[in-house]
Amino acid sequence: MDQLKKRWISLYVENDVGVLAKISGLFSGKSYNLLSLTVGETEDPTVSRMTISLRGDDKTFEQIKKQLNRSVEVIKVLDFTDLPIHKKEILFIKMHSLKKEEIEEIFRSAKVFGVNVCDYDKNALILESLKTESENDDVLRYYKKYFSTRMEAVRGGSVAIESVSRSER
Amino acid sequence: MKIKGTQLFIKALVAEGVDTLFAYPGGMAIDLFDALYGEKSFRVVLPRHEQGLVHAADGYARATGKTGVCLVTSGPGATNLVTGIATANFDSVPLVCFTGQVPTNLIGNDAFQEVDIVGICRSICKYAVTVRRREDLGRIIKEAFYIARTGKPGPVLVDFPKDIQQELGSDEYPSEVSIRGYKPSSGVHMGQLKKAAEMLANAKRPLFLAGGGVNVSRANAEMTRLAEVLNVPVVTTIMGKGALPTDHPLYIGNMGMHGNVAANTAVTECDLLFSIGTRFNDRITGKISEFAKGAKIIHIDIDAASISRNIVVDVPIVADAKEAIVKFSEIAKVPARTGDWVERLQNLKAEHPIRMASSGALLTPQDVIEGINRNFSEAIVTTDVGQNQMWTTQFLQLRGKSRLITSGGLGTMGFGLPSAVGAKLGCPDLPVVSVSGDGGFQMNEQELATAVCEELPIVICVLNNSYLGNVRQWQEMFYGGRYSCTCLEKRRSCGDWCSHPSAKCPPYIPDFVKLAESYGIEGIRVTERGQIDSAFEQAKKNTKAPTLIEFVIEREANILPMVPGGNALSDMITEYGKEKK
Repeated sequence: MDQLKKRWISLYVENDVGVLAKISGLFSGKSYNLLSLTVGETEDPTVSRMTISLRGDDKTFEQIKKQLNRSVEVIKVLDFTDLPIHKKEILFIKMHSLKKEEIEEIFRSAKVFGVNVCDYDKNALILESLKTESENDDVLRYYKKYFSTRMEAVRGGSVAIESVSRSER
Repeated sequence: MKIKGTQLFIKALVAEGVDTLFAYPGGMAIDLFDALYGEKSFRVVLPRHEQGLVHAADGYARATGKTGVCLVTSGPGATNLVTGIATANFDSVPLVCFTGQVPTNLIGNDAFQEVDIVGICRSICKYAVTVRRREDLGRIIKEAFYIARTGKPGPVLVDFPKDIQQELGSDEYPSEVSIRGYKPSSGVHMGQLKKAAEMLANAKRPLFLAGGGVNVSRANAEMTRLAEVLNVPVVTTIMGKGALPTDHPLYIGNMGMHGNVAANTAVTECDLLFSIGTRFNDRITGKISEFAKGAKIIHIDIDAASISRNIVVDVPIVADAKEAIVKFSEIAKVPARTGDWVERLQNLKAEHPIRMASSGALLTPQDVIEGINRNFSEAIVTTDVGQNQMWTTQFLQLRGKSRLITSGGLGTMGFGLPSAVGAKLGCPDLPVVSVSGDGGFQMNEQELATAVCEELPIVICVLNNSYLGNVRQWQEMFYGGRYSCTCLEKRRSCGDWCSHPSAKCPPYIPDFVKLAESYGIEGIRVTERGQIDSAFEQAKKNTKAPTLIEFVIEREANILPMVPGGNALSDMITEYGKEKK
């Protein structure tokens, strides 16, 4: 049965001006639902690699892969949806106007969640979380509960790479 | 040796075998035009508007199978190409469009006549690129031609900054191309073909559906032979018309929104639909869930993205139409009993011909198109979009070298005249006839000048009903006769909107005969059936100049049959209003 499943694509593209616009334009122009898109250079500086997550049914997803494949700028399309992969996202949360007890509380919770305090001042700090997207969702949800008016968050979007040892996702 | 970018440009066009360049100058292309001065290796044609220019290149490409080449300046010169590029992209026409651009150090500066034409065209062309370094120029042009004409052909845009045009650099033009992200599919999956052959052999009511891909790959002879050997009937999309000669006994007709009864019934009743080179767009399928409901579907297309996109198919085959048809012919088995099925469709076709009701001496569009059939045994016929296009596709006979050139996917008004100019430039030995409505003709009528200056004896037919007829038809049928902005005679003094023409309607402007005369060519007005043949005969006498024939047709003639949008193909309107017998 078709379902709006979350999908992962890893895309090798030419590292050229306009390629990001081409790929993102394809998604917007054809009304495909994009969740996140990250891009960066690879070991070969003429090639960039994108990690794209999206939600869609099987038919739309097939069409997206075909549309990506037919783009001259796209070198390779890898479907990571059902493959064992490593994926991580960076999340920064800056919190300010904190009381002493609150800072202590944050240090404690950070330890539990496995996130780092990467910057610190008397009444402010920054958390750095390198986790999967959904784990970061949880981290963010927790701090929003208590500090929503005194925080800012920035997320990098996921990058993913195929596993060398795992056989299951 | 070091040469300028402009010189390498000329060298590249010569190496690519370009014989005609459609070009309009401007500030950021002036160096290129200077290099063209005195150039004898190819013909440089100066249209009167960049939209006309790109349609002309498109008509040239469709008529010859070669790549159409355009050269325009930056800014408005480039943006005027947009409609033509989208037109070519939709119909898989190979074009390479060069646009002048401001010098690289000014890009992004909002310089005079600067636009991001690559950004504008990204989603409507096969590939678009700016030349940013002189050393890349040769490779980029080589790749542009290669991408345009291979695989599923399409338009490629090369944005060419002025400083790169002027810069000295290598005179080398590469002979090889290697693009790691672009490998056009070649070959055919024989396993899939065998599956298709098996299904066809067991089918009782098999049907070929030929789309534009058959014409693009010029597989007409192969398609005809295959249908004959297997005794399987053929229907076509509008873009596929001519896949089989239209008078072939196995040709049932066009299907789709304005297809004939027999062709649409064939699709509805077949048990195997063998489709080649069509993307099943909404004008073809009607209601998707009812489309060829009882049939297994085989689909050959060069574009993997066209397969199972709108219609889920049983046997997908990614391949060039011609290659696939040839390979399939080698293994195909004749289905056992198709005789009754063929006969049924032939009978249906005979019982339900498309025939336009005529009231007295007034011309019907059918009279005009049949006049073309009578007066030209072979011809390239171009159209605009709308009623003129549908009537042409319904009544035009295609045989021998005849070819229909029409904007099928984008449906572009103003396409007919300029594409006829390009077609005639590419095929000087074939008669070229353009069919336009009075609305569409006015969108690019300035190209009369190009036809005159290039001394092209094209026959320009304007079907004048003083309406934007196709929209008017929809307004009549589905919007209560509210003729909103579709009457081209309406003047301020008419007062209220009206829903019907009357004797009080103001005279039509322009006077097409006088317009023709102002270009120094013959204009003929035909108002009665009896004048049609003599008008065409007169036009044929003008061997160095175009002739414009205005056919004053019945104002509210409709295209029938019609499958209203969203209806099943079996749900056709065959009679309507005054057309009811």
